[in-house]
Amino acid sequence: MSVAEAPVARAVVRGASSGARVREILFPAALLLCIGFAMLTLVVLLVDVAIDGIPVLSVEFLTSFPSQVFPERSGIQSALVGTLLLMVVCAVFIVPVGTATAIYLEEYADRDRWWNRLIEVNIQNLAAVPSIVYGILGLAFLVRGPLELGRVVLAGAFTLGLLVLPVVIIVGREAIRAVPRSIREGSMALGATQWQTIWKQTLPGALPGIATGVILALSRAIGETAPLIVVGAASFARFNPNDLTSDPFSALPIQILAWVQDPQEEFRTLAAGAILVLLALLLVMNAGAIYLRNRYEQKW
Amino acid sequence: MRQVTEPPESSSESSAGESAARARRPPAAEPADGRGVGPGTAPAVEGVKPRESHADAAAVFEVENLSVRYAGKLAVRDANFAIDERRITALIGASGCGKSTFIRSLNRMNDLIPSASVEGSVRYHGQDLYASEVDPVQVRKRIGMVFQKPNPFPKSIYDNIAFGPRVLGMKGDMDEMVERALRRGALWEEAKDRLKQNAFGMSGGQQQRLCIARALATDPDVILMDEPASALDPISTGRIEDLMFELKDRVSIVIVTHNMQQAARVSDMTAFFTVVVDDTGHRHGEVVEYNETEKVFTNPSDERTEAYVTGKVG
Repeated sequence: MSVAEAPVARAVVRGASSGARVREILFPAALLLCIGFAMLTLVVLLVDVAIDGIPVLSVEFLTSFPSQVFPERSGIQSALVGTLLLMVVCAVFIVPVGTATAIYLEEYADRDRWWNRLIEVNIQNLAAVPSIVYGILGLAFLVRGPLELGRVVLAGAFTLGLLVLPVVIIVGREAIRAVPRSIREGSMALGATQWQTIWKQTLPGALPGIATGVILALSRAIGETAPLIVVGAASFARFNPNDLTSDPFSALPIQILAWVQDPQEEFRTLAAGAILVLLALLLVMNAGAIYLRNRYEQKW
Repeated sequence: MRQVTEPPESSSESSAGESAARARRPPAAEPADGRGVGPGTAPAVEGVKPRESHADAAAVFEVENLSVRYAGKLAVRDANFAIDERRITALIGASGCGKSTFIRSLNRMNDLIPSASVEGSVRYHGQDLYASEVDPVQVRKRIGMVFQKPNPFPKSIYDNIAFGPRVLGMKGDMDEMVERALRRGALWEEAKDRLKQNAFGMSGGQQQRLCIARALATDPDVILMDEPASALDPISTGRIEDLMFELKDRVSIVIVTHNMQQAARVSDMTAFFTVVVDDTGHRHGEVVEYNETEKVFTNPSDERTEAYVTGKVG
């Protein structure tokens, strides 16, 4: 080591000033603090609900109908069935409509045309419209108004479907766009028509992404309360909706809301149990979405 | 979208660079040297104009005054030449000179780009491909294409090959068709035990041969290859070149290549494209020289071709 090199070596060692080193530690610490705060809030919330709710959970809780008099005999059967029916009908509605719209916008729409741009901008904006507005729309056009469906599962499911359709379309478009151009070109170069190319190449490639989008959209719909209140879901349904187009229905969020507002402490505890059931459904759906994405997503 | 118009005579007359380019084109009556170039080539007949079809082979494509524009901007200007049946025609030239644009106009793949417009005519066995009654899907059934990057479908090897025959509704034993296509694509020995496996598990060279076999499965008359070996190692490249020799007694092949040794090795005819900058500074591609490959490489008639093939530019 020559003497001339020594200052250079020292400069490397003392390269960072002590202030910079402190900042280097402080910044990640601040980030961790924020994460910790968010996690702590969530954990406190979950633990609190779990402490109240777990003693309530039982097979009877799931299979009994709600009672306005006896909290110990009250259950969530009608609300659970209502929610599941809402989800199924909603999925049947949003899968074809959302996928078809996404295909049109990605594969057919000429972006130089003003009406296509208008549709695009509208869909982006609709995704941000408050859910109560969809509820009012559902009340005016589906429950009453031109369609006059009444306060039935079909009206509720369509309202929730309209609410989450923008999400399905946006995620579906991304999934379709993720299928490389070279696949489309390879298919077209073999003499396949545009429709054959979409049906046999693009859509199968995009399907895992579309399915993930649908599940995430349904997990948003399952917790929606405001639109269902507006379209007139029942807070205490003593029977299941046997007919999608004529019977009144309840849903888990509505049931939870009704119990939370009850003056009797025993009923408020039931709300915690129902919340746990709703959270479990939500977790199962999100886990399904993650599984689909990891298992079937195509690596191009 | 597409317009077929007469070439703008007035504008070509007014452009000084253009008339110079035209003057430097190979003399129309230059005789062919009467000797075959690639293997299996029959001797040429004397007095054949290089711009026209070879006498021993009918023309599969006759390109006349072909100009292609993207969003109004010229990409290829005024291409004129005939491509022979059952021979390998190489398109060479620097990047951005319109080779890929040109080859994609031969099977109407440019139709997939909304802003692309084509002027002039491409006649395929005498039929104008851009006539209004022509269905581009039918064109692509007859004229296959292999792309620069191997693009197997995310399906099994079997389904990759079977896709073309299936969408075309071809009748017959599918297993047999798949085997025949894989044999013609020189892939059968490697693929026969893994037909049900995903094609993404193959090496790049195998994937590209799969794409060639896939194109062969629909029994096309022409195969267009857009730099098919540029993403492959030399061994895979050699296999694809061998394959081209095997195929050319049944199909016509047009290949875009950046590799001049490859063009010299495989092709019978070579078209040299170059970039021309017009008065406004816009760059487009033009065909400078089209002739038998040996002539283009050993005795080019245009100094720009010579500079390119000898490695002075490009």
